Amino acid sequence: MSAKELPLKDRRDPLKVARGLGSSQSGVGHWWAQRMTAAALVLLGVWFVVTVLCLLHADYATARAAVAKPWNALLLIAFVLSMFWHAVLGLQVVVEDYVHTRWKEVLLLVAIKFLAVLGALASVLAVLRIALTP
Amino acid sequence: MAEFSLPKNSKIQPGKHFPAKDAKKPRTFRVYRWSPDDGQNPRIDTYEVDLAACGPMVLDALLKIKNEIDPTLTLRRSCREGICGSCAMNIDGTNTLACTRAIEECASGDVKIYPLPHMQVVKDLVPDLTHFYAQFASIKPWLRTQSPAPDRERLQSPEERKKLDGLYECILCACCSTSCPSYWWNGEKYLGPAILLQAYRWIVDSRDEATGERLDDLEDPFKLYRCHTIMNCTRTCPKGLNPAKAIAEIKKLMVERRG
Repeated sequence: MSAKELPLKDRRDPLKVARGLGSSQSGVGHWWAQRMTAAALVLLGVWFVVTVLCLLHADYATARAAVAKPWNALLLIAFVLSMFWHAVLGLQVVVEDYVHTRWKEVLLLVAIKFLAVLGALASVLAVLRIALTP
Repeated sequence: MAEFSLPKNSKIQPGKHFPAKDAKKPRTFRVYRWSPDDGQNPRIDTYEVDLAACGPMVLDALLKIKNEIDPTLTLRRSCREGICGSCAMNIDGTNTLACTRAIEECASGDVKIYPLPHMQVVKDLVPDLTHFYAQFASIKPWLRTQSPAPDRERLQSPEERKKLDGLYECILCACCSTSCPSYWWNGEKYLGPAILLQAYRWIVDSRDEATGERLDDLEDPFKLYRCHTIMNCTRTCPKGLNPAKAIAEIKKLMVERRG
C-alpha cells in the first residue's frame, strides 16, 4: 500500500511490516518429516496394496490370521503411523495456506492433531488386539 | 479464508472503445484501466492499433496508445530492453515484460493486458510494489563480512563466480512472485520466489560471510516454506531464470546444516 492509502492507525515503515515477527527458526523439521513419511509411504503403500490384494476373497479367519503375523502387524502399524503423521503435516500446510482468520486457523490445526492422534491410537490398538490375541 | 472472488469495487466493467481509422494491419488490445481519483470500478478499454505503423513489441503498442490514442493510459517503463524490469505486467495471460514480449507471439485474437496479479493497483497497469521492495530490503541484499576489509577487491575464482550465473541476472521485475499462488494468499509473510532467489544469490556468494545468519533469517514456515514447488515462477520468468531451483537449493542447505 502506498503511504496515502495506509489506514491512519498503521504508520509502520514497510520494512517493519516485511520483517514482521522475524524468523521462527523452524520449518525444516516439518519439511524433512513430510519427505521422510512420503518416502516411507511409497514403500509401505506398495506392501499394503499387495497384502490387501492377496486377501481378496479370503474369509474373516484368514484375513485375521494374516494381520496377526508379526511382520504384517509391524508393517501395518508403521503404515498407519506414517500415514497419519504425513496427513497431519499436509493438512497443516493447507490450513496455514488458506485459513486466514486466526482463531479458525488455530482451532482447525488443533482439531486436526487431536483427531489424527485418536485415529492413529485406535488403528494401532486394533492391530495390536488382533496380533496379541492368541 | 483466502479470497477467490473480487470485492465489489474491484469487479471489472466494460470500458471505452477506440477504433482505428484506415488501419492497414489492425490489432485489438484490451487493457485494464483503474484510477484512484474517480471512484469508478476498474474497466477494460479496447484499443485498435495499426501494427503497420507500430514497433514489434507490446510496449511499442502501449506507448503508441499513450502517445496517439489515449494519453491517460498509465504504465511504468524505462529501458525498453528487458533490463530495468519496470514494464512487468500480465500480457496474454502471462506475467512478462512488455518490452521483450513480441505482439506476434501473443495468442491470436485480442491482446489482453492487465497489471501484475494480486497486487494493490496504484493506477491502470502500475502495481504497488512497496511491500515487495521492503521484503527485498529485509534479506539484506549486500555483501556481509566479518573478516577485515582487504586492501584490494575480495577475490573470487571463476568456479565460484559461476555459481552466481542464473541468479545475478534477476532484475526484480516481480513477474515470478506475482505469478505464485502462495505469494497471492500469504504474500505478507511469504518472501516469494524473486526475493528467495535474491537471498540465495547472497547465500552462495563465495565472498559473503553471513551464510548462517542468512539461513537463520529464512528458516521459517512462512518466509521460506510456503513454497510448494508450483513452478509458476520458473514458467513465467521473462529472463529465463529458475527461482524454483534456487528455493530448492535453500531448502537443501537447511537440511544439510542440521547434520
